[in-house]
Amino acid sequence: MRKTVNQKAWFFILPVLVLVAFNAILPLMTVVNYSVQETFGNNEFFWAGLIWFEQVISSPRFHDSLIRQLIFTFSILAIEIPLGVIIALAMPRKGMWVSVCLVLMALPLLIPWNVVGAMWNIFALPDIGLMGYTLNAIGFDFNFTRQIEDAWFTLLLMDVWHWTSLVVLLAYAGLVSIPDAYYQAARIDGASSWAIFRYIQLPKMKRVLTIAVLLRFMDSFNIYTEPFVLTGGGPGNSTTLLSIDLVKIALGQFDLGPAAAMSLIYFLIILLLSWVFYTLMMRNEE
Amino acid sequence: MRTRWLIPTVYIIFLMLPIYWLLNMSFKTTNEILGGLTLWPQTFTLENYITIFSDPTWYMGYVNSLIYVSLNTVISVAVALPAAYAFSRYRFLGDKHVFFWLLTNRMAPAAVFALPFFQLYSAVGLFDTHLAVALAHTLFNIPLAVWILEGFMSGVPKELDETAYIDGHSFWSFFIRIFMPTIAAGIGVAMFFCFMFSWVELLLAKTLTSVEAKPIAATMTRTASTSGYELGLLAAAGVLTIVPGAFVIYFVRNYIAKGFALGRV
Amino acid sequence: MARITLDNLGHAYMPNPQAPADWALQQLDFEFADGGAYALLGPSGCGKTTLLNIISGLLVPSRGRVLFDGEDMTTRDPAARNIAQVFQFPVIYDTMTVRQNLAFPLRNRGVPAAEIDARVREIAEMTDLTEMLDQRASGLTADGKQKISLGRGLVRDDVNVIMFDEPLTVIDPHLKWQLRSKLKELHRRIDRTMIYVTHDQIEALTFADRVVLMKDGGVVQIGTPVELFERPAHTFVGHFIGSPGMNLLPCIMAGDKAMIGDTAVSAANAAAVKPGGSLEIGIRPEFVSFADKGLPVRVTRVMNAGRYRIVETVTGSGETVKLLASNEDAVPSDATHLSFDPAFTRIYRNGWLAGEGRDA
Repeated sequence: MRKTVNQKAWFFILPVLVLVAFNAILPLMTVVNYSVQETFGNNEFFWAGLIWFEQVISSPRFHDSLIRQLIFTFSILAIEIPLGVIIALAMPRKGMWVSVCLVLMALPLLIPWNVVGAMWNIFALPDIGLMGYTLNAIGFDFNFTRQIEDAWFTLLLMDVWHWTSLVVLLAYAGLVSIPDAYYQAARIDGASSWAIFRYIQLPKMKRVLTIAVLLRFMDSFNIYTEPFVLTGGGPGNSTTLLSIDLVKIALGQFDLGPAAAMSLIYFLIILLLSWVFYTLMMRNEE
Repeated sequence: MRTRWLIPTVYIIFLMLPIYWLLNMSFKTTNEILGGLTLWPQTFTLENYITIFSDPTWYMGYVNSLIYVSLNTVISVAVALPAAYAFSRYRFLGDKHVFFWLLTNRMAPAAVFALPFFQLYSAVGLFDTHLAVALAHTLFNIPLAVWILEGFMSGVPKELDETAYIDGHSFWSFFIRIFMPTIAAGIGVAMFFCFMFSWVELLLAKTLTSVEAKPIAATMTRTASTSGYELGLLAAAGVLTIVPGAFVIYFVRNYIAKGFALGRV
Repeated sequence: MARITLDNLGHAYMPNPQAPADWALQQLDFEFADGGAYALLGPSGCGKTTLLNIISGLLVPSRGRVLFDGEDMTTRDPAARNIAQVFQFPVIYDTMTVRQNLAFPLRNRGVPAAEIDARVREIAEMTDLTEMLDQRASGLTADGKQKISLGRGLVRDDVNVIMFDEPLTVIDPHLKWQLRSKLKELHRRIDRTMIYVTHDQIEALTFADRVVLMKDGGVVQIGTPVELFERPAHTFVGHFIGSPGMNLLPCIMAGDKAMIGDTAVSAANAAAVKPGGSLEIGIRPEFVSFADKGLPVRVTRVMNAGRYRIVETVTGSGETVKLLASNEDAVPSDATHLSFDPAFTRIYRNGWLAGEGRDA
């Protein structure tokens, strides 16, 4: 759309700027402030330079959390994106079943995150949970509160349960926007189902899938409540992702300096990776 | 393929299983839950629900959540509307940078902001108010609302604006009487997503409240730790948190898929 | 290359069609001769796209058969019919280059690479796409994209029929002419059966050797453009084709003359009119002229249409009669008389041309 130059448009975005600045810039300044100071209580602060940053970057604890976070995020992306696309492709395009599917599939998205965690906790408990009990009954030694692999399995399954629908909804929105004529032309051109997917459906879904990857990336990198309620970061520290670790340091141990430095590094990693994803996925555009 | 329907069906069954388990548990007595695994309540009880609806510390949790979620939805969409209009219609100094900066706030981990928010909202005297949570949630809801609305608004031809001015409408009269009804679907979708992300968030809501504005989600975690493991009660409370979401989805079912599709990256 | 036969064809989108209105396509028997240029013409919703989709195999008809050279194709898959179709909105594969787009139907059929290359070059040259072969198809303008669609149809040398579904809808007016003459030229060059669906009479009449005019799911008239113009089989044809359309005036029969009020008019088919029914005189504005005696009218309006003028007159009973006058002719300013060319004056009974068997 052609747009006119109008500097007064700034007045339209002023309310947004004021609110977001209040919420983003002030706290961020607080964080930056803490990240370069040392405190011994009594509200006394001393300049500490970059030692907190050096400490966080060289700390094995941070490395472990970051690696766990990366494994978690890339695992769920690798499962949820293809799975969401497959389900969207198999969904009906017309009729009453569309609404039924959409409503039921969207349901997990609207459940408070701690309830999701609690629900999966009681679903997976080996003694009274349907899933845990069934797995043990058919011969698996399943206990997610004790065994690391079981904890990770439950954690990943929970996230797939919770968020695949978002990918489905987005992919489906992309699919239904393809005019019938494309499918008709492809049939006349003798295209196979794979060719239809590769040359018609996938290109038309590219935009919504970019959104899906970005959203799932950001949100999974920020995940806190669900794993906290499900496993509390355990057993041991085996499911302690970045946010859980950060909250432990900041609110649990009240180590403001390291927590602030970690926050900033954390935020920068997300920005950087989001930018990389975005650039990679939009590379061939125009 | 004749068996194509199997894929969504299996997926939906997978989605429903944990919900069924929660529902099942909410109608059981604590004894039955701890006694062993039963696929259906042997002694069906509404006791858990009755407790929730008769105890103000429980039901006020829902009221509090609904209050700050509604407040947040109204604030986010109200300020996002003019901003989205500016981004969709005008070019101005720094427009692209501001748009991108807004979106980066959507990436901010809530955990990073928990402590600074606690200090900030305590400093301005808003701690433990509905408004505090509503404002805190605008951090990630405003960028999202601006993004969705901008997508919908860009789909409306500029000729509509021009015709309205020629017909003698002032800007606000055009915006409220003509433009907003035109993008009603977009406003619906934006409100849906604001509702959704405010309703499901717990970390900030819990950090910014203690008694007066405590959300239901926080009530659940605190009850679980203080009064022992009352699983039936917890399950019933969980079931009740699903209900508002289910209502909202039903009303916007034809638009949810479109919402993000029309938004611009 | 094939002769396409429609045998007792009919289609309804609902499961149990009862009334005639339930049928999107009424009973139809027709043969498209090999190598002909046909147009399916009619207003929106007349069933022409339904018919096109049945021929291309995107739709299986509720009854009847579609035969290609006598072979039953009714339930065959579109890919098996060796047809090509150009859609209303350009359908191209966005991620491919123009070359890959043109090669796509051949690649799907496993044609050797060298052969594909040669064929693509030839077709690109024919459709003026040679210079853009390595550009991305999504970057082309609407007419370029339609050329790709057309090229994808032409690239297979075994194509039975090429079908066009209102292909000029999204093309800029000044390019419509170009693309239309390109189609005409290609038809002469490759000698394939082409079927062109449109609601635009000029597109239909300039493109086709034979025009199939449809209305409400049924075929009203099939003929050459000249036949449709000079001898409309139904008042609808007279009205739909021509600008302005045919004049229609209620009349009664008195012996072998038709009477409009008190004026006797001779008509080409007067002798064939059966008694009863509602009768109308149909005469195109092109065949009406001013005269000293004849039908008394008043001139109400004169519109300039460039090379000629359209004169609107009104009879004593309030019926409008239009006629064409050259720019040089004097147009009477008020009361005057009109005469009709008897060779092109026809009587319609219940809407249909009298004496042709469909006017019952």
